[in-house]
Amino acid sequence: MLTIANRTFQSRLLLGTGKYPSFEVQKEAVAVSETEILTFAVRRMNIFEASQPNFLEQLDLTKYTLLPNTAGASTAEEAVRIAKLAKASGLCDMIKVEIIGDKRTLLPDPIETLKASEMLLEEGFIVLPYTSDDVVLAKRLEDLGVHAVMPGASPIGSGKGIINPLNLAFIIEQSNVPVIVDAGIGSPRDVAYAMELGADGVLLNTAVSGAKDPIKMAKAVKYALEAGRLGYEAGRIEEKDYAVASSPTTGMVGT
Amino acid sequence: MKFQLNGKQVELPEVVDSVGELLAHYQLQSRIAVVEVNKEIVMKEEYETKRLFNGDIVEIIHFVGGG
Repeated sequence: MLTIANRTFQSRLLLGTGKYPSFEVQKEAVAVSETEILTFAVRRMNIFEASQPNFLEQLDLTKYTLLPNTAGASTAEEAVRIAKLAKASGLCDMIKVEIIGDKRTLLPDPIETLKASEMLLEEGFIVLPYTSDDVVLAKRLEDLGVHAVMPGASPIGSGKGIINPLNLAFIIEQSNVPVIVDAGIGSPRDVAYAMELGADGVLLNTAVSGAKDPIKMAKAVKYALEAGRLGYEAGRIEEKDYAVASSPTTGMVGT
Repeated sequence: MKFQLNGKQVELPEVVDSVGELLAHYQLQSRIAVVEVNKEIVMKEEYETKRLFNGDIVEIIHFVGGG
């Protein structure tokens, strides 16, 4: 069970809704993933062209918690504006703070993220900032009162997986709020790894939507998440540099 | 009526003088959308009473796929 603010979720998977090959595939992928939290972006409606189908309008909104993001913002003020627009829909009060500080790497701007998180907390939002894997920044965000921290595994959409497991482990160890590993996840092994490190959840999008078979991949990441979590709870063995025999070292046949 | 609507200059019939009329004009009443006029959010309860004036900057936004 994942608890964010006063909400509890059976699934620890948060799924993005961008870049699926079709709504049919997307609906099925969302269903088999068993996620309960879906992220969305906030954009101008394309009112000057024939009405396009909208994924959110086809969802059973009683089954999902919406987590809009502030993608597109490059300052705290822009992020707050987007967050308020999202909340005015009356459909959500959670916000993923996403303030990009660098166009090429899409890495988050730590200073604006901190500033926006503070402003949004004052406005009463449930605040989940997407951050770099900086240990001190995660602490500073927690001190502000954010409801979860979401350090990136690697740059958005890169599929590079967890490039700094040590920093993630430090963040997880120190954190008193849920840690959700967000961005850069490439495959089920990355999901399992994040969960084995002790993450409370994983947020991914392209790993599923961009897979050759997104529906099958949605199922795969669900299992990976469960396997990783169970492994974490079970407590893995210590790593050693040399072999330790699994079979008895006495009573050998023929000696 | 002349507005800046979602970044475009538009000229609409004079009857389009409220947010409610604007949404009706584009047949958006049943869509999940949020309206902002001159950077102020207009709540649903105010759609019929919120008057629009020449030169207003209007944004109609919604949720799209994203991560």
